[in-house]
Amino acid sequence: MQLIVDGKKHEVDVEDDMPLLWVLRDELNIKGVKYGCGVAACGACTVHIDGVAVRSCQTPVADVDGEVTTINGLGQPGALHAVQEAWVEHQVAQCGYCQSGQIMQAASLLSDIPNPTDEDIDDAMSGNLCRCGTYPRIRAAVKTAASKLQEV
Amino acid sequence: MGTVGKIARRSFLLGAAAVVGGVAFGVYRVKTPYENPLKEGLADGAATFNPWVIIDSEKVTLIGPHGDKGQGIAHVQAALIAEELDIELDQVETSFGKPDKAYWNRALSADGVPFQSGDTSFVAESARTMMSGFAKLLGLQITGGSSGVPDSYVKLREAGAVARETLKLAASNVSGVPVAQLKTANGAVQLPDGSALKYTELAAEAAKLAPVMDITLRDPSEWRLLGKPMQRLDILAKSTGTLEYGIDVEVEGAVHATVVCNPRKGGGLKGYDASAAKEMRGVQKIVEVTGGVAVVADNTWRAIQAAQAIDFDWDEAPYPARQDDHWHMVAESFSGDRLDKVWRDEGDVYEAKKAHGKALDVEYRVPYVAHQPLEPLNATVLVEDDKVTVWTGHQVQIMLQQQVAAITGHEPAQVDLTNCYMGGSFGHRLELEHVKMAAEIANKMRGTPVKLTYSREEDFAHDFTRHIGMARASGAVKNGQVVAADLQIAMPSVVASQMGRLGISIPGPDTQIAAGAWDAPYSFDNYRMRAYRVPELAPTSSWRSVGASAGGFFFDCMLDELIHEAGADPLKERIRLINNPVARKVLETVGEMSNWGSPLAEGKGRGVAFVESFGVPTAEVIEVTNTEDGITIDKVWVAADVGRVLDPVNFENLVQGGVVFALGHAINSEITYDDGMVEQANYWDAEGMRMYQCPEIFVKGLENGEKIRGVGEPPVPPAAPALANAIFAATGQRIRELPLYHHIDFV
Repeated sequence: MQLIVDGKKHEVDVEDDMPLLWVLRDELNIKGVKYGCGVAACGACTVHIDGVAVRSCQTPVADVDGEVTTINGLGQPGALHAVQEAWVEHQVAQCGYCQSGQIMQAASLLSDIPNPTDEDIDDAMSGNLCRCGTYPRIRAAVKTAASKLQEV
Repeated sequence: MGTVGKIARRSFLLGAAAVVGGVAFGVYRVKTPYENPLKEGLADGAATFNPWVIIDSEKVTLIGPHGDKGQGIAHVQAALIAEELDIELDQVETSFGKPDKAYWNRALSADGVPFQSGDTSFVAESARTMMSGFAKLLGLQITGGSSGVPDSYVKLREAGAVARETLKLAASNVSGVPVAQLKTANGAVQLPDGSALKYTELAAEAAKLAPVMDITLRDPSEWRLLGKPMQRLDILAKSTGTLEYGIDVEVEGAVHATVVCNPRKGGGLKGYDASAAKEMRGVQKIVEVTGGVAVVADNTWRAIQAAQAIDFDWDEAPYPARQDDHWHMVAESFSGDRLDKVWRDEGDVYEAKKAHGKALDVEYRVPYVAHQPLEPLNATVLVEDDKVTVWTGHQVQIMLQQQVAAITGHEPAQVDLTNCYMGGSFGHRLELEHVKMAAEIANKMRGTPVKLTYSREEDFAHDFTRHIGMARASGAVKNGQVVAADLQIAMPSVVASQMGRLGISIPGPDTQIAAGAWDAPYSFDNYRMRAYRVPELAPTSSWRSVGASAGGFFFDCMLDELIHEAGADPLKERIRLINNPVARKVLETVGEMSNWGSPLAEGKGRGVAFVESFGVPTAEVIEVTNTEDGITIDKVWVAADVGRVLDPVNFENLVQGGVVFALGHAINSEITYDDGMVEQANYWDAEGMRMYQCPEIFVKGLENGEKIRGVGEPPVPPAAPALANAIFAATGQRIRELPLYHHIDFV
């Protein structure tokens, strides 16, 4: 079957029910997408399908009906997305393992709601677990990213 | 305090008899530095001055041997060297280096002595020096116990200064300009004529020289980097998904494996039927490992799917099957024959309670809790006849080499470890079972790299949790003051469990049963603190802040209750009782930060707690609201004294994170056993804090302490008692058991 990931076409030969997460990580070697729980309880595996945040660990690859964007396609060192810029500015990460998913979730939130309230942020981000406890910085970074995106 | 000192000294000497002999035998060896491991295989024209700096014609590489699990020590280690080396952080490469005794931890074991951190008496300091010598003899390379900064603080700056002075000498040899006229900046030696010789250009000349050891460390007032906001070296990679964790390692030709081991931890495998699993797509091999079975496949998901298709017949657990039986064992352990040690016995609590009446008679409990870092356990291992290669993120690198070598039959030195960044640990990656599993599988497939990934469920099932514990507390009050406190704590020994898995037996009482309570820097007229050792139940391990995470809860909740009985102000009475000026300042500061004593709206409550752990006095004030839907945690204020804050942005982040971690567990997380198995399978069963529950957290780092300290763990212990005390203030309900959600709703 065919997948478009980060703007690139891939042909993969896998079971229909293999979660997108494992297709990305083990078949396509896109390691920015993280395995955390496998049951959509932590959000580390969050990617976009046509711009909408989904948990790739609970998305069978056969159900993918749009273009997939991973953290690696959102922006790279030297060409950061506004959300990533804000994440660097606020030095959000500790271990950093959940941050790919946090950033993808935040980018999706900001494309839906460009100027989110605290409640909007809590609603959108509470599915993404951070065991290091960087939530205060994530909140601040989402707000900074919102204003960066509005300046553009 | 005389009695405390005597007791501590006596038990130390008894407990450390073996250490005394070892040190006496090895005085010369203690003083001899280890050989610089970077010399081995050093390329022509490359220079190394010590185990932390290596320079060749292309780059400057700084070795930071402490593993990074998110605490930011990779950055701080580099900054400590770069500060004295006069190089910018974007001009260096960093590495965790290879396991080596030269990287022995100078700080951790020195803090293992049973003397209060404020005790700088000759006996206490001598004991610390002796323990430190013991660690050196053992070559104990370890990241843990908030010791990364204290271990690195002097030696890494010295490493940078030695390299700098040697490079200046090399520049002098090359240019003919006397060393006294040379300066250093931006990774280069600056000549008086305005020209510069890059360190990389000087590497070949420097390689011919003996390191210049006559150095003076700069006064902190001259620092360019340390103590100022810095951008963490790993922050860009961690914001772009480009940092490689252990789980991301891809070795050419590697197969993907997963394991399922007896969920009754430590129990054996009686039998299994893998006939269905064998036929599944991508499955290459099914092998027995200690206590379970591994599936090897061409993809991690396929391995996990196949593992789930195996039918197992497991042996019984080597500990009580039901959680109630665990609690029963703990409750039964408050007895003379299980007394581990009387840690404090000042005044006469018995007489005080008799004279003034018993003001309190209560029991507290803390549950087993798991580490649950977000990166599941994993390790990649390649076994060849003359070498074993391991890729994983780990905290005890030399022990890893030893344990792997014992499985594969190699010499420990033949085990090459590439230590990776860790996606969290909280103590999880001090354990070696997952690495041993990977080594077992790879040893059966020599020549093929095996990447082992635990499923989240397997990770939950086999987490070596924090110990459970109970405390019994009573005391007396008089004239609005607390005059007596009597605390008994019963727990299994986490040290015995953890070190036992490494085949090491630690003599003497276990400080971790009493941590947070025996070393509380308070002077009561009457204080007794007795620790009881519960026979080992389920296996346990160090969980962020170890014993203090439980002992701090017991002690501070008890104190809060006694202060309430006395009718005193919770903050003022703590300040009255505290006996150490550095700790007192911490409490006063948190009071100012939180505007303690100011009026609160209806339904709100404020609680304070203070716990000193790892030498860091830490006070927290928490403000909560009792709403119709339950408790909300609104604000937290934290003051902690680490002697010196090296990396202020990261300091704030780590403290905030410690509070979130501790509060999340205090609210909703525990591990319980039924039929010998952990009942919690994934994050939804023990999820910790989510963003919508996260309070505003205000942090202040103080620098009055004499010694520099690490802050990874100290923010954890005061959070749970501060929350319980705040809930009491808001609702009148005392909760004496964690997790709190068994007794009260949270929003």
